[in-house]
Amino acid sequence: MKRWIMVVPLAVFLLVAVFLYKGLFLKPDELPSAMIGKPFPAFSLASVQGDRNLTQADLLGRPALVNVWGTWCPSCKVEHPYLNQLAEQGVVIHGVNYKDDNGAALKWLAEFHNPYQLDIRDEQGTLGLDLGVYGAPETFLIDAKGIIRYKHVGIVDASVWREQLAPLYQGLVDEAKP
Amino acid sequence: MKRGLAAAVLGLALGLGVAGVARAAIDTYQFRDDAERERYQQLTKELRCPKCQNQDIADSNAPIAADLRREIFRMLGEGKNNEQIVDFMVDRYGDFVRYKPALSGRTWLLWFGPGILLAGGFVVLLVIVRRRRGAAAQGEHELSVDERERLAKLLEKEQTHD
Repeated sequence: MKRWIMVVPLAVFLLVAVFLYKGLFLKPDELPSAMIGKPFPAFSLASVQGDRNLTQADLLGRPALVNVWGTWCPSCKVEHPYLNQLAEQGVVIHGVNYKDDNGAALKWLAEFHNPYQLDIRDEQGTLGLDLGVYGAPETFLIDAKGIIRYKHVGIVDASVWREQLAPLYQGLVDEAKP
Repeated sequence: MKRGLAAAVLGLALGLGVAGVARAAIDTYQFRDDAERERYQQLTKELRCPKCQNQDIADSNAPIAADLRREIFRMLGEGKNNEQIVDFMVDRYGDFVRYKPALSGRTWLLWFGPGILLAGGFVVLLVIVRRRRGAAAQGEHELSVDERERLAKLLEKEQTHD
């Protein structure tokens, strides 16, 4: 009698259990970004305020968060106060107003405070497409040379900032210092 | 009577509901020729919507899928080939958007895994069959002379019974 064959069902069960257990913690709606390590895509768009034209060159020089948002996006409303808080702490944040009505965006920024240093107006969603954005909010972390280093899909709140973004941001700030 | 009417209304409502679900996203694009239309349809079926992940972008009503369809149409108009269009999407959204993943170091298991499993199954089957055959053949040889005689007698008996 082959005794080892009796262990096979247990082994199969354990294997399946390991995979299913791992599956509990997967987030299939968060895609790994294909943009990590690539330069921020080239663009030439007006600002939300309409007072100037912005290009990718304007993002260079300092590490920054680039937050993709829209007034049509309820989660953006949720994270907005926290972005204000970060901006007050001196974190550089740029905004990409993605596929939005510009009037509504202006009203929002006036009403809820504007945490963004640059307000990129991406009414057609072309920059969003080049960034591989598939919803909002999405937040990119770029270094001083304009290379995309990290992307967070969904709301940025205190725990996301503390656990994911802050260490990376601080690292980039240190890296940028001569 | 009333019941019949209610059933009819319910049926109609359900029918409309089903029709609503079954309807795919409809855009109005003017193609230059049928070949271009076919390529458009093929590409939008091969690319996956990043937002609603189990739909292709031809089927999805998500705004991002509409944007991607528009991009594909634009690129077809520019005369780009299928490979360039798919690369454009993969550059932005990653390998994830391809329903037909490219063959690479990361995807070879996906491509050849089923074949390897099937081949493995055949090998196991072959081994089992051979072993059984071997065992059966051995059994025959092990019949001793006495046993053969007994067998012959038994068979004879059977024949006389008939």
